[in-house]
Amino acid sequence: MSMELRASPHLHSGRDVPTIMRHVVYALLPICAFSIWQYGLSAIALITTVTLSCLAAERIANRMSGTVNTLSDWSATITGILLALTLPPAFPLWMGAVAGFAAVWLGKSLFGGLGHNPFNPALVGRAFVQAAFPTAITTWAPAFSPQRFTEFIPSTLTLPFCVPNDISAWVTANMVDGFTGATPLARWKFEQFVYPVEDMITGAAAASTGETSALLLLVCGLYLIARRFMDWRIPVAVVGSAMIMAWGFQMYDPEAFPPMHLALLSGGLMLGALFMATDMATSPVTPMGIWVYGAIIGVVTILIRYFGGLTEGVMYAILFGNAAAPLIDKYLQPKVFGARKK
Amino acid sequence: MTMGAKQVTNMEQLLEGIWKQNPVFVMTLGMCPTLAVTVSGFNALGMGVATTFVLVCSAGLISLLRNFIPKEVRIATYIVIIATFVTLVDYIIQAVSLALYDALGAFIQLIVVNCIILGRAEAHAAKSPSLPAVLNAFGMGVGFTIGLLALGSVREILGAGKLFGVTLFGADFQPWVVMVLPPGGFFVLGAWLLLFAWWARRKEANHGA
Repeated sequence: MSMELRASPHLHSGRDVPTIMRHVVYALLPICAFSIWQYGLSAIALITTVTLSCLAAERIANRMSGTVNTLSDWSATITGILLALTLPPAFPLWMGAVAGFAAVWLGKSLFGGLGHNPFNPALVGRAFVQAAFPTAITTWAPAFSPQRFTEFIPSTLTLPFCVPNDISAWVTANMVDGFTGATPLARWKFEQFVYPVEDMITGAAAASTGETSALLLLVCGLYLIARRFMDWRIPVAVVGSAMIMAWGFQMYDPEAFPPMHLALLSGGLMLGALFMATDMATSPVTPMGIWVYGAIIGVVTILIRYFGGLTEGVMYAILFGNAAAPLIDKYLQPKVFGARKK
Repeated sequence: MTMGAKQVTNMEQLLEGIWKQNPVFVMTLGMCPTLAVTVSGFNALGMGVATTFVLVCSAGLISLLRNFIPKEVRIATYIVIIATFVTLVDYIIQAVSLALYDALGAFIQLIVVNCIILGRAEAHAAKSPSLPAVLNAFGMGVGFTIGLLALGSVREILGAGKLFGVTLFGADFQPWVVMVLPPGGFFVLGAWLLLFAWWARRKEANHGA
């Protein structure tokens, strides 16, 4: 009788990276659909352009480094979709393409590809264009313009390397009730105006392409959690710590700090907590570490929003958490079973 | 660097710093001014010329004095010599172009601690006669200037749409603000290093085949 000796693991769940990534793409599709319903052609063009540029960047990086083709693992697709969802709907397409290339090259390929990247690639791309084009990335277009399915937002089709076309005339022509061109967080910061909850759930507030509906983001995130494609502790830790911080500040001084719903529903907190902080390559793996990591992101987000110069802090908070992840894992190693303290 | 048995010709001395041992792209020395002052082509050129002047003069003088400098205090002596020429350059730039002087700021005085200069003094000028020492230093200076210009022009073109202050594109050009900020220096330097590394690897692969 012959016996085969093999090292563990002996059982494989059948799940591999492409499968997980594919399901994340599925979870992102309703969010894309919602943003297209809100912003029409411009959202379609932005999501397509950014995703294609990420795929192109990945292909070129494969070619240059002489590695195997990694397009089929879906990771570049996810990077592209997520990145597009964090950009403003009126963002010029050529800048979107720059962001896509920066995301894949600076965020992933240079470090050796998927799994070796210390930072979330989509956020690296966004940070790059935020530093490169600070005006364009804070120009918000109103949702639900009547002509959104027949014409582009003027700035979308800006010629490459040119200053984005001015959209103020278009905004007045397509005026939607109460649109001010400022996000809920910016309005709170500069005008002490608190947005009503319903506007931030139905997508009527100015925001990035994919962060307008906190509710929809939550539902899509829950799908991934239910299918166990995502670690539920990370979003819970991020949102929970942000909630505690926001609640604490609100208790301390209700005049100076906004109510809790603004902190939770506005900006990219839901999108970041559910789809970006949970990136497997850039988050800790130790059980305690996951909680610490999530808490750092939530706390830093609120600190940047309330005390920083920027109106939104989720992006830098997650990048900060990514940077801290290896250190967190190092110090919070669980005790090996049966090991004795030295 | 190549102090082998083979006689190094003067031409090779000169070309060493420009290409084979380029201070920016090959030796990655003098990174502080490389990253800090290359916001525009003009600043890069000014910095490069100033460094070349100090490099050539100090190499020449150190080479002439090499038999008189006691080994124990050689570093201090080199620094005094280099600092003399840096002070000269500092005053000359101030007199010639106050705009450039303000743009380069403390980095002119900091040429004194530029590791290319002390490196050349220690590794080359202190061991060779004046002519090869000066040629080598001049090549290094030119190589350094080329490196700075490579960074400065990319950063100025993308970050301001200009080159040496001349507007290149129409008024519609969208400047990439990040390129004139500190991160832009790292991005552009990294991109150049990547390009050269990739090129070198390709050349090697082609030679092997």
